[in-house]
Amino acid sequence: MLRLDRLVKTYKTGDQALKAVELEVPEGQVLALIGPSGAGKSTLIRCINRLVEPTSGKVYLGDTELTGLSSGSLRKERRRMGMIFQEYALVERLSVMENVLSGRLGYVGFWRSFLRRYPQSDVDEAFRLLDRVGLAHMADKRADELSGGQRQRVGICRALIQDPALLLVDEPTASLDPKTSRQIMRLICELCKERELAAIINIHDVALAQMFVQRVVGLRLGAMVYDGPPDGLSPDKLTEIYGEEDWEATIEKVDDEELETEAAE
Amino acid sequence: MPVREASGLKIWQRRTQRESLSHWALWLVGIAVFAYCWQQISAATTWFFVWDAPRIADDIWTRATPPKWEYITQLGKPIWDTLNIATMGTMIALVFAVPVAFLAARNTTPSRFFIRPIALLIIVSTRSINSLIWALLLIAIIGPGVFAGVIAIAIRSIGFCAKLLYEAIEEIDQTQVEAITATGASRWQVMAYGIVPQILPAFAGIAVFRWDINIRESTVLGLVGAGGIGLQLSSSLNVLAWPQVSLILLVILAAVVISEWVSAKVRGAII
Amino acid sequence: MSDVSELIGKPWRKPPFIQRRWLRWLLLAGFIAYLIAAFMTIEVNWSRVYEGLERGKKFVLAFTSPDFTSRSSDIYEGMMESIIMTVASSVVGIAISIPIALGAARNVAPLPVYLICRGIIAISRALQEIIVAILLVAIFGFGPLAGFLTLSFATIGFLSKLLAEDIESMDKVQAEAIKASGARWSQWINYGVQPQFMPRLIGLSMYRLDINFRESAILGLVGAGGIGATLNTAFDRYEYDTAAAILLIIIVIVMALEYLSSVIRARVQ
Repeated sequence: MLRLDRLVKTYKTGDQALKAVELEVPEGQVLALIGPSGAGKSTLIRCINRLVEPTSGKVYLGDTELTGLSSGSLRKERRRMGMIFQEYALVERLSVMENVLSGRLGYVGFWRSFLRRYPQSDVDEAFRLLDRVGLAHMADKRADELSGGQRQRVGICRALIQDPALLLVDEPTASLDPKTSRQIMRLICELCKERELAAIINIHDVALAQMFVQRVVGLRLGAMVYDGPPDGLSPDKLTEIYGEEDWEATIEKVDDEELETEAAE
Repeated sequence: MPVREASGLKIWQRRTQRESLSHWALWLVGIAVFAYCWQQISAATTWFFVWDAPRIADDIWTRATPPKWEYITQLGKPIWDTLNIATMGTMIALVFAVPVAFLAARNTTPSRFFIRPIALLIIVSTRSINSLIWALLLIAIIGPGVFAGVIAIAIRSIGFCAKLLYEAIEEIDQTQVEAITATGASRWQVMAYGIVPQILPAFAGIAVFRWDINIRESTVLGLVGAGGIGLQLSSSLNVLAWPQVSLILLVILAAVVISEWVSAKVRGAII
Repeated sequence: MSDVSELIGKPWRKPPFIQRRWLRWLLLAGFIAYLIAAFMTIEVNWSRVYEGLERGKKFVLAFTSPDFTSRSSDIYEGMMESIIMTVASSVVGIAISIPIALGAARNVAPLPVYLICRGIIAISRALQEIIVAILLVAIFGFGPLAGFLTLSFATIGFLSKLLAEDIESMDKVQAEAIKASGARWSQWINYGVQPQFMPRLIGLSMYRLDINFRESAILGLVGAGGIGATLNTAFDRYEYDTAAAILLIIIVIVMALEYLSSVIRARVQ
């Protein structure tokens, strides 16, 4: 469904963030993108919906080639890709409801959105989504009154109301505490399953990635060095991705923690 | 650390010898410049009048007190005009300042090398020139009256408001804008959802702040004929009607204090 | 989770900024009524404006061919006087406003001193430069002395207020550390307080220099010296090319001052 063809991004400073990345994501697959900071994870995600303009290479969403689209058609295609951000990136001075509805901006005209006259179906869907993440009662609160975990839930609603085929998730848990991190990751994965969405999740926490996804891609200095199931991540592989470190503890801990949370619930 | 050796002893100093030399040289130049300025001023002054000043001040004071209270009945209309000049001028200025600010901010300007310099030029040229000078100019062009005052205040305020506003636009959180862009929103929708909510508090603050300043400025616009209470001040001064002058000054003082109070209240409510 | 089924199908409106409906409408109606009333009182003589457009065009065109030469000696003298007034009044104003700022900071000064200094600041800020200039011209006679005194007086109000606010919000711990070392009051100010407000003092002084220059350009209108008188004459005689030249010089000097102050502020901060 999503295919990257020799995607290259070179920044003006000369840093090569992506070195001819080849990747194919089938429909409904949740994929974790791991790697140290500076490996190009964020750049990769942003090159897909062209928040960052790739230097060369091609991106296909379904049969459409995203690279090379005019800005008008690009906007149409962006509606099919929901994005979730590290620092939530909610518009803080707007209400929760407005933030969720802003996911429909690609579908409604300017004046309609400006006067906040969204179609009733959009409003209904927004309430359903907010209810699904447990925030329906917060709809008229301002976004900056919410806690981190709540904000990220609103961010998820905003991405889902776009009715996307693909979720681009950029470090969803980086600013959250461990417990909330897991809840958010679980929520994202559940929602992907419910709606049969494909997703690319940037995440630096290997253990968390291994808990939730079917496929892991490792990125190092802009090049793919691993692509396989989560349990195929051996200490050698992790060393290749992150550099020298004692990985046994990390992998062990995952199993323990998983058991604990399972038991706790 | 600058340490000087003198007869075997190490002496700590705040600056090296060269630093302290240049430091003193700077002070010397500064004092020389000031002395020159003062000498020029004093050369252009008739000192006889200055020595006579206490007597004249006393004379003016006795003439000006008590203020001619009944004159206040004639000040209603000029005060109303003054308020209108300030308010309308501020509103017109804001209408122009918003687009100029968006064109001048690095992150929203459509073209960095062509349109941005033009916007910056508009900002700097309108704000370098005092509203009284704009009023003089407009009176020469469209004739004396309230209208010239409104336009003069408006022009002077464009640069001021646009400068503060474009600085606020440059400080916004870019990821919020990115998030709205990622939903497939159009350029105008990104503006309305990603940028405007972030700068709205700053905008309201700037508007009220400038309105307060404009009340002050519009009280004196009348001196050059651009309407408002300054007109009465000017005509009273011309006939040396000191009791009226003192009353007008009191009224202006009250207006300034009230407008500052209102502006502080409103800004407190917004932020 | 039962309440969401109630929400579905209901229209959603953004909650209004002002909750009470009558207050919202009252404010809106009042505002519109004011606008209409204000518009009605502004008399515009459109035929006069139309005539004026021709002169306006001439003035705008004058900017393309400003005349620096035919009144060059007047312009030079006026500008020099403006600059001299600016420099002298800034120096004196800053020198006086430092002690007043210290006096107006509650955490440094005792209450009686505080009240006196705040009073001085309030008076200075409430009085318009141009009004002060009128009074001082009446007292001291025409010339740059009145302008110099006006600008010094205005500088005191501006600088002392902002500086006092800065001193009041300074880091207490640093100041206490100096006090704890047994320093006397003057040493305490010198070591504990002064380093904290110096950068801001320099920044504000540069900003005030800029304002003083701009203000000095209008003081001439009431006879208090500077370029204003020359400018006024140019307007009176409809010599737009000379006026344009003067305005251009003012703009260039203001830009230069702004650039200078940004450089200096970047260096001290």
